[in-house]
Amino acid sequence: MAAMTQSTSAILSVRGVGKVFPGVKALQNVDFDLVPGEIHALLGENGAGKSTLIKVITGVHPRDAGRVIFNGTDIHPQHPGEAQNMGISTVYQEVNLVPTLSVAENLMLERQNLKWGFINWKPTIAAARDALATLGLDIDVERPLGSYSVAIQQLVAIARAVALDARVLILDEPTASLDAEEIKSLFQIMRDLRGRGMGIIFVTHFLDQVYAVTDRITVLRNGQRVGTFVTADLARIDLIGHMLGRELAEVSSHRHHDERGFTGKGNQIQIKNLGRKRMLHPVSLELSGGEIVGLAGLLGSGRTELAELIFGAQKADSGLVFINGEPVMLRSPQHAIRSGFALCPEDRKQDGIVAELSVRENIILALQGRRGWLRPIPGAEQQKIADDMIRALGIATPDREKPVGQLSGGNQQKVILARWLVAKPLFLILDEPTRGIDVGAHADIIKLIKELCDEGLALLVASSELEEIVAFADRVVVMRDREKVSELVGAEITQSRIIEAIAR
Amino acid sequence: MTGLEDRKNQRKTTMPFSVKLNRQWLGPVIALLLIIIGNGIISPGFFTIRIVDGHLYGSLVDIVHRGASTVLVAVGMAIVIGTRGIDLSVGSIIAICGAVTAVLIRDTSLSPFVILLIALAAGIVCGLWNGMLVAYLDIQPIIATLILMVAGRGIAQMITGGQIVTFHGPFFEAIGSGYLLGIPWRVIIAAVLIAGLWAVMRKTALGLFVESVGGNARASRLAGIDARGIKVLAYVISGLCSAMAGVIIAADIRGADANNAGLWLELDAILAVVIGGAALMGGRFYLGLTVIGVLIIQALTTGILLSGLPSQYTLIVKAAVVMVVLLVQAPKARDMILRAMQRKKS
Repeated sequence: MAAMTQSTSAILSVRGVGKVFPGVKALQNVDFDLVPGEIHALLGENGAGKSTLIKVITGVHPRDAGRVIFNGTDIHPQHPGEAQNMGISTVYQEVNLVPTLSVAENLMLERQNLKWGFINWKPTIAAARDALATLGLDIDVERPLGSYSVAIQQLVAIARAVALDARVLILDEPTASLDAEEIKSLFQIMRDLRGRGMGIIFVTHFLDQVYAVTDRITVLRNGQRVGTFVTADLARIDLIGHMLGRELAEVSSHRHHDERGFTGKGNQIQIKNLGRKRMLHPVSLELSGGEIVGLAGLLGSGRTELAELIFGAQKADSGLVFINGEPVMLRSPQHAIRSGFALCPEDRKQDGIVAELSVRENIILALQGRRGWLRPIPGAEQQKIADDMIRALGIATPDREKPVGQLSGGNQQKVILARWLVAKPLFLILDEPTRGIDVGAHADIIKLIKELCDEGLALLVASSELEEIVAFADRVVVMRDREKVSELVGAEITQSRIIEAIAR
Repeated sequence: MTGLEDRKNQRKTTMPFSVKLNRQWLGPVIALLLIIIGNGIISPGFFTIRIVDGHLYGSLVDIVHRGASTVLVAVGMAIVIGTRGIDLSVGSIIAICGAVTAVLIRDTSLSPFVILLIALAAGIVCGLWNGMLVAYLDIQPIIATLILMVAGRGIAQMITGGQIVTFHGPFFEAIGSGYLLGIPWRVIIAAVLIAGLWAVMRKTALGLFVESVGGNARASRLAGIDARGIKVLAYVISGLCSAMAGVIIAADIRGADANNAGLWLELDAILAVVIGGAALMGGRFYLGLTVIGVLIIQALTTGILLSGLPSQYTLIVKAAVVMVVLLVQAPKARDMILRAMQRKKS
């Protein structure tokens, strides 16, 4: 084991790598070592920097600082193809092969057996078959790739990566679309490859898989390396602690939950057995005005799904939502908004901003949506609303007419927050409100959350930052495996209690 | 507080709204002026506008007159493109509505106004069909509207029985080639319809919703906008505009030609929208600039005809000029030109 941690024997070493995106320090001074013949898990919550680190290693993004040493020499790949030629192959979560080409063509792309400049098909197809055979896969390689299941496509992608004489194989969440049997065979293949001396970086957020197949674990959080551990020596609860940031411990500004004494004044929101098959086991939850409920859990635990069901973004097939005892229709976001609900979605780019529209238009969008198209907000009022919000939230923009797509991530997040504040909801759901934004904006948004709640808004905040949840939540609902597993109140709300509930 | 006021004022002076607008309008308007001036040089009589029998006559009037049907189709197309869609079926809708008009005039004694309304309703039904395919069945707009593009001509032929149906009547002859106070009726109809459309889009929140849905349909839905409804509405508007164009075209030739009415008009309409500076990726539409775009295309066509250029060169010259206009429109090229102009000034 001692030899494994020595960087001199490493096939791939990352030293002090940094990467800055506009407004975000995606990676800061990250070290990482991969030795031949190991499966090394790279773990962390969304936005921790896993994929950025991989993209820096493979040349998708140029790095801003640090070194990447492969096989003893510094490398600066300009694109993934160059890294691949050096011997670093990557398989992404989404299969990025050409579905309309045959399996053989996909496997041998750019490496076809050529004769007089034409593809010599027989040897090409034979080579493709051999490549798949090493993975124990026997399929018709002349059929289009797209006609096979995602699992097989994933294996073809791995076969392609392996066939390229790779020394390092990076698997970026390869198991997301595989079933239990397929995962088993993938693990067998990974062990075989390890046996042949290949170094494998395995990115996943399924902890069971980490313990099933990996030798070592490197945990990233907020773009920094938390540590590298030998898998067998690291208890699951400690791992979750590292991922969610426990060592910052109980020092954070803990709110005195009892002192304010919410006795349920104001609005009452009741969620009863809300669920949807294959998405979320029925969840019950109550909130009242002026209360902040934290929603904790690892990625994929059902946090986002719960938020989307409450908001009507996805249709629930069981359960009801009541406001002050009255059942409300949640057939669509439009209905939810009319009932006074609001949701700041997790995926800002996909679900939040309309990039081409101006800051002003983005801010008034939800309010205008609620008023309907026939009652436009007068221009002067729009400008006033936008200017007020830009000032109140400290949105950094030269003017309110700038397309929101040109702002930094943190400011985009503030614009979406502004959109919902303007709509004056009684119940606001924030899904990962501080993801991927810089420290300054982070503090602003936390402060804002507290102020909102003082004004009598009911808040449900889903976050993977435990410190954050502990700092502001009056109650914490813990999710695991698409199910509510625990609800903590008052003094029970500590990071260790939450981690225990997640790990149990 | 004064600091804030200052900042606001500064913001106003450094980035006035009109400057941004001017940048948008600059390319198309200059292009239109250049083409018109070019026409004037090629054919000296170009700018003369005479009054004959109380009607305005002249090449400039001719451009507006001929462009009236295309401009209707183009503004409908602009709104559809604003939702990140496209409507290839406009030509077929023109044929259908022309056929409906002609057959109803021939076979019934309905009042002309009722016939006009029925023809427009037919266009709306076509738009609904397109909209449903796109919004509710999630078919890609280019495929969804291709269906009606192909089938529509067949439907029009079925309505006319495969013949060119001709008709007579003062009401439709006025729409096709009549004048009011010296101005062609068709120009007035197009102007009123476009003005109405502009008011509905820009004086209500509909335009914002269209652009929001085109920019990011998912986010718009989550912001409480009925994204599907907006898409359907865009195709319905396009269908209605095409129907009006179809009636004008039929009225112009006093007959319905199911095979040729509005043929390839969708391409001119799309071109006009693009010349008007809209991205085919949706998210923004400009009705005024689309009108300029149509005028550019029409002025170009008229100019080439007047120049006496052999007809085989017409399309190539048209394509070349359009390409130049689009190049000037491209943000990069526009920035370069603007910078060059500023350098000259200083």
